[in-house]
Amino acid sequence: MSEFVYTTYIKTSPQRVWDAITTPEFARQYWGHGNISDWKPGSRWDHVNESTGKVMMTGEILESNPPRRLVLSWVSPDKVADRSEHSRVTFEIEAMEDIVRLNVIHDQLKDGSEMAKGISRGWPRVLSSMKTFLETGNPLNTWAGDTQSCASKEKAKQQAA
Amino acid sequence: MVADEDKVFKALADPSRRQLLDRLRRKNGQTLSELCEGHDMSRQAVTKHLNLLEEANLVATAKRGREKLHFLNPVPINEIYMRWIGKFEQGRIQALHNLKQALQEKEP
Repeated sequence: MSEFVYTTYIKTSPQRVWDAITTPEFARQYWGHGNISDWKPGSRWDHVNESTGKVMMTGEILESNPPRRLVLSWVSPDKVADRSEHSRVTFEIEAMEDIVRLNVIHDQLKDGSEMAKGISRGWPRVLSSMKTFLETGNPLNTWAGDTQSCASKEKAKQQAA
Repeated sequence: MVADEDKVFKALADPSRRQLLDRLRRKNGQTLSELCEGHDMSRQAVTKHLNLLEEANLVATAKRGREKLHFLNPVPINEIYMRWIGKFEQGRIQALHNLKQALQEKEP
């Protein structure tokens, strides 16, 4: 099993980090897609392309303690039936004076899997774009240069059509 | 402990520290003892390098029982990348990178 830990320091409040993750209007801007759920333990969450309605990633809320801690399972929608494909993401949001330390722990990943490769490309981009979005109000061009991301593949398809 | 760019560049300006990051890239989530294996450096030197990398936020750590595991954290490098490269047309850079890799793979 593989595990990844990512940390970023953001000049903002824990509540704003929580909102950035859980509010589709915010996530769409720096992540590319919104996360939709009622964020209650046991509920489903979906990472959704709102223009097409396509679910890109899904899972279950395992723990929800706003605005400090969010734990969810993470699985590609076409592999939900296979429990071994379910990985886990933990968001730890910790206030440190006037900044927030955001830890993202992605574990229970199959060694060398496409998912492990994909998320290790994705999280550094998502987190640095989230930081810029919260600190300046403007997101980065999150997926620029990454031809493997869902967002880039969709764009290429749209352009080809 | 806010990571700023000076800390990132200083942390990267040392071959031993870059080597530690390479080791974490190959195998993420290692203990201090694992990272000391097969190194000419003393345990104290590795600890010192890891502390600098952690201060620059290039290494993230997590406690697992009594063990402290070290993870490669490329978020600050991505920020630098986005600042100077990400804004520009990247298709060509990617194409050059792919070409370089393809040529290097052909070398004996």
